[in-house]
Amino acid sequence: MSASMNSKLFAGQDERAPARRWQQLLQHPLLRPVAALAVLLLIDLFLIPGFFRIELKDGHLYGSVIDIFNRAAPLMLAALGMTLVIATRGIDISVGAVVAIAGTVAAMLIGGTVVMHNGVPEYASNMPMGWALAAALGAALLCGVWNGLLVAGLGLQPIIATLILMVAGRGLAQLLTDGQIITVYYQPFFFLGGGYLLGLPFSLFIVAAMFVLLAVLMRKTALGLFIQAVGINPVAARLAGIRTAALILFVYVFCSLCAGMAGLMISSNIKSADANNAGLLLELDAILAVTLGGTSLAGGKFSLVGSVVGALIIQALTYTIYSLGVPPEVNMVVKSVVVFLVCLSQSPEFRRLSSSLVKS
Amino acid sequence: MSIRRLFHFEFAMSNPASSVAPALELSGIHKAFTGVQALTDVGLRLYPGEVHTLMGQNGAGKSTLIKVLTGVYPPDRGSMLLHGRAIAPGSTQQAQELGISTVYQEVNLCPNLSVAENIFIGRYPRKWRGIGPIDWQRMQVQAAQLLARLDLHIDVQRPLSVYPLAVQQMVAISRALSVSARVLILDEPTSSLDEAEVQLLFTVLRKLRDEGMAILFVTHFLEQTYAISDRITVLRNGVREGEYAASALSRLELVNKMVGAAASQDAAVSAPLPNEQMASGALFLQARGLGRKGALAPQDFDLRSGEVFGLCGLLGSGRTETARLLFGADKADSGTISIRGKVQRLNNPRDAIHAGIGFCSEDRKKEGAILELSVRDNIILALQARSGLLHVIPRKRQRQIAADYVKWLGIKTADIETPIGLLSGGNQQKALLARWLATTPAMLILDEPTRGIDVRAKQEIMDYVVGLCRQGLAIVFISSEIAEVLRCSDRMLVLRDRQGGGQYRRGELDESSVLQVIAGETA
Repeated sequence: MSASMNSKLFAGQDERAPARRWQQLLQHPLLRPVAALAVLLLIDLFLIPGFFRIELKDGHLYGSVIDIFNRAAPLMLAALGMTLVIATRGIDISVGAVVAIAGTVAAMLIGGTVVMHNGVPEYASNMPMGWALAAALGAALLCGVWNGLLVAGLGLQPIIATLILMVAGRGLAQLLTDGQIITVYYQPFFFLGGGYLLGLPFSLFIVAAMFVLLAVLMRKTALGLFIQAVGINPVAARLAGIRTAALILFVYVFCSLCAGMAGLMISSNIKSADANNAGLLLELDAILAVTLGGTSLAGGKFSLVGSVVGALIIQALTYTIYSLGVPPEVNMVVKSVVVFLVCLSQSPEFRRLSSSLVKS
Repeated sequence: MSIRRLFHFEFAMSNPASSVAPALELSGIHKAFTGVQALTDVGLRLYPGEVHTLMGQNGAGKSTLIKVLTGVYPPDRGSMLLHGRAIAPGSTQQAQELGISTVYQEVNLCPNLSVAENIFIGRYPRKWRGIGPIDWQRMQVQAAQLLARLDLHIDVQRPLSVYPLAVQQMVAISRALSVSARVLILDEPTSSLDEAEVQLLFTVLRKLRDEGMAILFVTHFLEQTYAISDRITVLRNGVREGEYAASALSRLELVNKMVGAAASQDAAVSAPLPNEQMASGALFLQARGLGRKGALAPQDFDLRSGEVFGLCGLLGSGRTETARLLFGADKADSGTISIRGKVQRLNNPRDAIHAGIGFCSEDRKKEGAILELSVRDNIILALQARSGLLHVIPRKRQRQIAADYVKWLGIKTADIETPIGLLSGGNQQKALLARWLATTPAMLILDEPTRGIDVRAKQEIMDYVVGLCRQGLAIVFISSEIAEVLRCSDRMLVLRDRQGGGQYRRGELDESSVLQVIAGETA
């Protein structure tokens, strides 16, 4: 008894400290998503020759891993925004529609033509690109305000409130484009989704910037605490003096802004705006990424890193399936099976069941 | 009271050792939940052919006792005898098989199934000696017979939902009877019934009683208790106050037993404040015509620093409603609030917090604790919310604040980073008190701060609060324990059906005169 008391008093000398640290690591919420990603990459290592090879061509890094990161960029952005919404016990299924709106607005305003200037082809945009991007993000912001007001102001169920924009938003984008695909002819715009900086895809810098911004917000402001409090117990949070309505409005606006940026990235990457298909079902992948990352749909505790890892799992999975030459028809099924397994591993009920099976 | 009842009652009471043995006898029942003693040495004797009413305030232990009786919780200690045989039901099904059937407040039947199906659900009679298809015809005949026993003649083929609640209640009773119940427990069956329906139910209960059924009836309506009961057992704070013949216990006596008369066991909780203190206190808040439709008729009152202002009344009398108006949790639709002489609009809790007001809600789980967050997060939450989103309290300072309050209030927790949901009720309550104390309020509203926590934690909390009050904090204190309010308050407002029943200074009222004011008889 006294020995254990002593060891508590001198925590540094506790001989069980390493074991406890090991246990803490095993219980870390990020363990499962990271392990899932590692297993996936390990499979790739054995099945796909040269999977981890990275080459330097024309000052750009090329390779499967870089490719996965690059292609996951829009999803990572959407998942970051979705994380905050889900943490407040909400959900935003209008992400794909906002992607379409932002892409369409940008593409229409930039448009672009090739002008011969003294025999040299030059690109000219309809409107300065900065203005066009700002307008696209502004449209996304308005979408977020709309969602946020429906949820926080009118108290609509988040899934219903955002369902309205999910349907209406894509319709609006299609109206703007007349159902046509709008092609962009303006080189600088392509940099956003397809350019390289310091040898890395530029889109990764956007994601990193957004991640750092969020991390700073979480650390240097009380945003994280307030979001969790509202997600776990909105009534108690309001009585403790938190502006719950303003906070909820904020997370929907932020989520839409992330979706808007993802939309710019996607339309820059495909050099056009496709109101019918751009970002289609991206919201579902984003929700999946957040869930895979260990954030509960019941709100409360959330993990930004987890959501990024979740997005990478989804993209790595897609990549693996394609690389292995699995027919596209099977793709969806395989994907859902893997997702099912990862989600199963996160279910406390299943864990209890499996551990009792192992014991008996 | 019928002659037969009287006779039976006398017989049972005067000759407990005679041939009429109790149908159900509980003795020495103890039950605790994580540090809270819900039942202490509770006994209950239920005789065949009597309606026995179990009374007590919220939290007195009525529902815990019923749950022990019906096998939901195993008792920590104590014995249960059913017709002299020791029983230990492990589930409601087992209790039912033993012959103890329960009808709950919320009718737990299937509204879209027929009356007959509801009565026999899970035990449908089958053809071919129980192995064939369901024998619908037999089921209907038997259902009709069971209902006829209650003088209820309805079409058993129609869905249950077409019948009024009282009939549904009766169907639930029939269902209980069909498993040959010897003991019937009715847990607040009348809460959602109107007067005529209650009478219908009582007719049935009397019939069953006269047939020899032992009926345990749980209610909080005084009128109904006297209309139907032969005997009454009163619980208070998990202890049996006593077992009385209904005819020998006056209403006022019964209320006294329920709320705890002068000889209450926790009389030691918080000494009265010295009287001179209240004269010196500066006026902090002035409410004039403060009211809200459907919640509180307009009230005038003043709150002074260094003074405990008690709000007294039954559940739903407007106590909590007043607190919520003062905290801006609900918007007042009439009257004004001035703080330190200046009229202020309290449109939301933020406004109230900025005006120096704190509010410990009566509903710890729903309106207080953020269960999955740490003790530290919970303690600093209101302070952080007041500082604003951008002015984050440094981690080190947060830990300091939390550790200080954990020490001062004696909060028992493994660590300040432990989720608050893992703490016992009393310690959660202390952490929530710390949340408000951390904002250094000028006024603190405590709505049932001691509900559902053990006596020790209760005393610690009240001692601490009274100490703070002596240092100049204005306190609004709400409790359904009238003795507690009387003991702690310098002045009190008695509320009755959302109306003011008058304001009184310390010493102007005692418990019985408070009860008279609450009951609407002038003090």
